Amino acid sequence: MSGHHEVHYVEGTKHAIPHHFNSGYHEFDASKMGMWVFLVNEILLFSALFVAYAMFRAKDPVMFHEASHQLNKWMGGLNTIVLLFSSLTMALSVGYLQRNNTKRASQMLILTFLCAATFMVVKYFEYSHKFHAGLLTAKFYTFEGISAGHPGLFFSLYFMMTGLHGLHVLIGMGVIAWVWWRTRRGDFNEHYFTPVEVTALYWHLVDLVWIFLFPLLYLIG
Amino acid sequence: MSVANSDVNYINSPKGLWSWLVTIDHKRIGIMYLFTTLAFFALGGIFALLLRIEHLTPGRTIMDANQYNIAFTLHGAIMVFMFIVPNVPAAFGNFFLPIMIGAKDVAFPKINLLSYYVFWLGAILAVCAIIFGGVDTGWTFYTPYSIRTNTAVIFMASGAFIMGMSSILTGLNFIVTVHKLRAPGMTFFHLPLFIWGIYATAIIQVLATPVIGMTVALLIMERVFGIGFFDPALGGDPILFQHFFWFYSHPAVYIMIVPGMAIISEIIPAFSKKTIFGYKPIAYSSLAIAFASFIVWGHHMFTSGQSYLASLLFSVATIIIGVPTAIKIVNWVATMYKGKVSWETPMLYAMAFIFMFSIGGLTGLFHISLAVSVHLHDTYFVVAHFHYVMMGGTVMAMLGGLHYWWPKMFGVMYNECLGKIGAALMFIGFNMTFGSQFIMGNLGMPRRYYDYAERFQPLHQVSTVGSWFIAASFLLTMSYLIYSLFKGKKAPANPWDAKSLEWTIASPPPTENFLTDPVVTEPYPYGTPNKARSHA
Repeated sequence: MSGHHEVHYVEGTKHAIPHHFNSGYHEFDASKMGMWVFLVNEILLFSALFVAYAMFRAKDPVMFHEASHQLNKWMGGLNTIVLLFSSLTMALSVGYLQRNNTKRASQMLILTFLCAATFMVVKYFEYSHKFHAGLLTAKFYTFEGISAGHPGLFFSLYFMMTGLHGLHVLIGMGVIAWVWWRTRRGDFNEHYFTPVEVTALYWHLVDLVWIFLFPLLYLIG
Repeated sequence: MSVANSDVNYINSPKGLWSWLVTIDHKRIGIMYLFTTLAFFALGGIFALLLRIEHLTPGRTIMDANQYNIAFTLHGAIMVFMFIVPNVPAAFGNFFLPIMIGAKDVAFPKINLLSYYVFWLGAILAVCAIIFGGVDTGWTFYTPYSIRTNTAVIFMASGAFIMGMSSILTGLNFIVTVHKLRAPGMTFFHLPLFIWGIYATAIIQVLATPVIGMTVALLIMERVFGIGFFDPALGGDPILFQHFFWFYSHPAVYIMIVPGMAIISEIIPAFSKKTIFGYKPIAYSSLAIAFASFIVWGHHMFTSGQSYLASLLFSVATIIIGVPTAIKIVNWVATMYKGKVSWETPMLYAMAFIFMFSIGGLTGLFHISLAVSVHLHDTYFVVAHFHYVMMGGTVMAMLGGLHYWWPKMFGVMYNECLGKIGAALMFIGFNMTFGSQFIMGNLGMPRRYYDYAERFQPLHQVSTVGSWFIAASFLLTMSYLIYSLFKGKKAPANPWDAKSLEWTIASPPPTENFLTDPVVTEPYPYGTPNKARSHA
């Protein structure tokens, strides 16, 4: 039965428009909305951790203050700059595709990927320092330099929040590599770049979450 | 394009098992969800029957106390996560949502298939939990016990987490589908009310499910890495777990019931041959429930030690959520008024729904009155209340929907006489099983107790015998439905003379749903009540 259907392609690409959409634009529109709904869901996912943070900080602000000093502000700050810059390059890659400049777009995607990788390398050094010093989750916490309350809770929060965020960065790297490969292959032009657009939306959220994590964890001391 | 030919349809074109397993057709995915969730319903039902048999006598009847704890946990967890949450949206929603809005598929068909296999992955983990000794925490996983018990909490929690992801993907798909794929003329206020219900449900799925995901993930982290959030010994707070848990799980009861209400809103006009009364109030009430469901979770925690002010606010908010629910019931009854009502099986289940759900809803008011709530807390009264809502509500609606849409989904008619007998058995059995539990709860029988005082035995026995009626009804229903698949009379396109779009196409529907694009002018075009009567 489906053989009766004529297959329509987006102009200048090999992208077949799925039969339940009227046009490539219709598909673009729906995909974007789908990603926005997904991002709302992501915010709710992180929200549980932010609520836990708010509650435990309200209970023992002094402990949070002291524990925060154990985080490296400079590394956190460096990562903030790296991620902000990667949001710029990600947005530029979409901009270049809208003007049909696939070469520049793929360069921007490489830059974005490298920024994400830099972020993870910095995070690796931060984590290994914490492991080494015994700044671990509550049950395994052995550091003796903080006198107030249960500082293990702060580091549980630190690992849960930055860990979940780091997982999102890793997933983002995978997706960025995939759309870069497709851009190189010539899948996209100014009429069709839906996967890059929705990847960019996702990447901006990953950036945005970090913008909240950085001050809440590193800068309260 | 050939004319409609019911010999070639979504079931047999394309052919082969593999074409089903990799299908991205929303109808096939809906059917796969239907049979999968019904299989888990049977599994959860077996645990329920075992629990009831155990309570035939005080003390040991067939199992020891630990086995009992595991059995009630598995009954709850399977029924909640593997049957009642996915069942109506993922089975009927998948099959009918695109057709009823005049679309060829959901917005993201591949994500739809993904959600089905993600569901299986979660289900397999949950089954692993059963194989590796079960879980004895109750389906609520309350801390700190769930941190300390040696049972397979991690498997069951991971299963719940992953099945939650599947639920989110389904909800996301439906929201975008309703917004972007409606046929010409299908404005939001021309949507059938089933779609309004599924849409409101999808919003709750997307907003609430990630929170339970995070909650059970933190529970796993607590057990593996000792993060201490919920462990007082490490500075944490077990009550935080309850807040997180109910922030999802109260909205989740609306994920369970709103789709049921959505089915009832289709069945009542179809069997009253009358335009639905109060279309907009019913549509808005679904959204109102979706919204209000997020501000009432604390009514599960009146005795947890939360502040009196918090309890008071949650109590008031919960009274408010009764209003949109009542609006629906009043409008359904008003729809039947002066309609040409006929009593086929779907309508009988709809009537059972209204009767039992009303009892379930009204007994909810006992629980949110702060003083009464303390008396009834953790008694069989609570068990009876939520079974009247979940089973007396959602399961009745599911059975009504199953019979209503059976001819459309499979192109065959079931045996109407046996259908009515099944519905009657169900009604009697259900009220015996859970009606008696209201009385027991009020007399002080605590829930989740293995043993009980002698004086409760007669009521427990009524309840157990009732559960056998329910089992008999399900066996009968299953038998004649399966029989109809092979020997059933061929169904016409519109056996009920109903008016929504799914009845304008062949039974079973062709693979591409619509051979010509539909145009919609109004929902429920049954004409005015007087005209409807003059047809008679």
